[in-house]
Amino acid sequence: MMAIASEQQTVDLREPSGWRRTKNQLATVGMWIAFVVMLVPLGFVLFTVISKGASAISWQFLTGSIPVNVLPVTYGGVGPAVYGTLVITGFASLMAIPLGILGGIYINEYGGNHLLARVINFFADVMTGVPSIIMGLFIFTIWVLHFGYSGLAGSFALACLMLPIVIRSTYEMLRLVPNSLREASYALGATKARVTLTVTLPAAIGGIVSGALLAVARAAGETAPLVFTILVTQTINKNLFSGPNTALSTLIFQNATQPYTGAQARAWGSALTLIAIAFILMIVARLVTARFARYDH
Amino acid sequence: MSMTARADSAIPAESASPLTRRRPFGDRSFQVLCLAAGLLVLIILALIAISMTQQSATWFTTEGWSGVFSTDWDPAHNAFGALPFIYGTLVTAAIAIIIAFPVSIGISLLLTEVVPRRFARPIVYVIDLLAVVPSVVWGLWGILVLAPWLQGIYQSIASGLNGVPVLSTFFGGQGVSGASFFTAGLILAVMITPIVTSLSREVIATVPAIDREGAYALGATRWEMIRGAVWPHSQAGVVGAVLLGLGRAMGETIAAALVIGSSATITTHLFNPGYSMPAVIANEFGEATVGVFRAALIGMGVLLFVITIIINLSARAIVDRSARRSRGA
Repeated sequence: MMAIASEQQTVDLREPSGWRRTKNQLATVGMWIAFVVMLVPLGFVLFTVISKGASAISWQFLTGSIPVNVLPVTYGGVGPAVYGTLVITGFASLMAIPLGILGGIYINEYGGNHLLARVINFFADVMTGVPSIIMGLFIFTIWVLHFGYSGLAGSFALACLMLPIVIRSTYEMLRLVPNSLREASYALGATKARVTLTVTLPAAIGGIVSGALLAVARAAGETAPLVFTILVTQTINKNLFSGPNTALSTLIFQNATQPYTGAQARAWGSALTLIAIAFILMIVARLVTARFARYDH
Repeated sequence: MSMTARADSAIPAESASPLTRRRPFGDRSFQVLCLAAGLLVLIILALIAISMTQQSATWFTTEGWSGVFSTDWDPAHNAFGALPFIYGTLVTAAIAIIIAFPVSIGISLLLTEVVPRRFARPIVYVIDLLAVVPSVVWGLWGILVLAPWLQGIYQSIASGLNGVPVLSTFFGGQGVSGASFFTAGLILAVMITPIVTSLSREVIATVPAIDREGAYALGATRWEMIRGAVWPHSQAGVVGAVLLGLGRAMGETIAAALVIGSSATITTHLFNPGYSMPAVIANEFGEATVGVFRAALIGMGVLLFVITIIINLSARAIVDRSARRSRGA
């Protein structure tokens, strides 16, 4: 479409010649194919989970007690697992989010260029790459062997998983807060703790909250850290601090290898519930970012 | 909110007067609190190494190095060789990377170079959706939907390639199963695509606009610009992103445990069932109540920990070095 002036010219400087143009187009097509290749499994898995799980979901399914595997999905539900997931993940968040935010504050506000802060930052990054199964085995060796299986042990394992994620996202968000804001507060005579808690942290709170929510979303779906720490049971255990517990993710893991259609249907229903929880957390995180983001990239 | 309140009560307004030499107690204790939270990372990592090594010591002492790195896995007869699992971990992670690498690079180039910004946003959301689908849901889908469907395809490929020299070593053979190395590799590829994509996108986004414009000014097509300006600049960072993806693929547990087929064998036939380190730990931990069996499973956790730490350290080093070089340039 740019080849208007090419009448008089011997060499067309504007349009790449045939083969070069074809290669360029092939490359673009290749990139779109890559995108479609990614969409196919996502669409496939979402379609399957929704089509097989939606029919199972009801109030009774979300609150009823877990029946024996041979019974069809119309009997009972997965109430203990829903309860376990919420309580175990909730308690893990209560531990990991405040500690993670404090750790992020240390690295960015107090650490400066000190070696210790750089080392902590580096290893927090490395720790995000440690497989979640390691966290489960770690809590097993250090806690379960001495105090027995419990929901609390599961919370510890999930908290170990969330801690580095929260630290890193807090650090990244605090880094975006302009220094002039801190300096203005110091000029008013505020102490460092006061500046951090009343000026710097509120300025970055949108990103920090959304980072924390994404960590919660990731932890809620985790199975491997729980398998070694809560010793899956079928009945509800309201005591987080002692005795075996259960969760949606471990229930799916168990039922996936069951031959009974009822057990499998409960697994699909639980999968839909779990995905819904994760998606809701993700959407809330997006909304929080959109609403409170003051210093974006 | 509550933290703000606590700090307010801890720091009386007058103590912050400009004439105070010593920093007020509340101010110093907040710093110590933050430092403690930061140190927790180092403490946890150290404790992981110490406590897990302790608990797995009997495996290394009773089996010795030759026993640990043997192919013989038979818990009923006290043989705990980890080689089949190390092999399975490497093979499935390699399949995952080979598939995920071109897809991730393609998507990140699409997002940075082709699609305008306002259309890139929704694509990023879709990738995030892929990232939050839990591992166990991929496993459930893999074993109940994908594996039975792939079984037939594997079988026809295997019989079609029967006798073809190189290909039949990998894709032929007897005992083809829907739950296999290859299925596990496929699922892992899907699971690591979001992280590899977002990391390489970050790297590619740091390519200076002037490099791109320079290439265009010389008359390059978009593809030539990518090859000549974007790729040399982001090569090292992309390698780092792929390494981090590799670490994720090796440690991925539940999805692999469900679809890998649970068979401690070493074979070149990728359509045959196999096993990986995290998968065997998750599947057999319940039966390993005491003794060397449990120590062996925890010991494989130690191996996995060491391998992923090494991969993460080298990936980080590569990314940092390339970042420093591009900043200096």
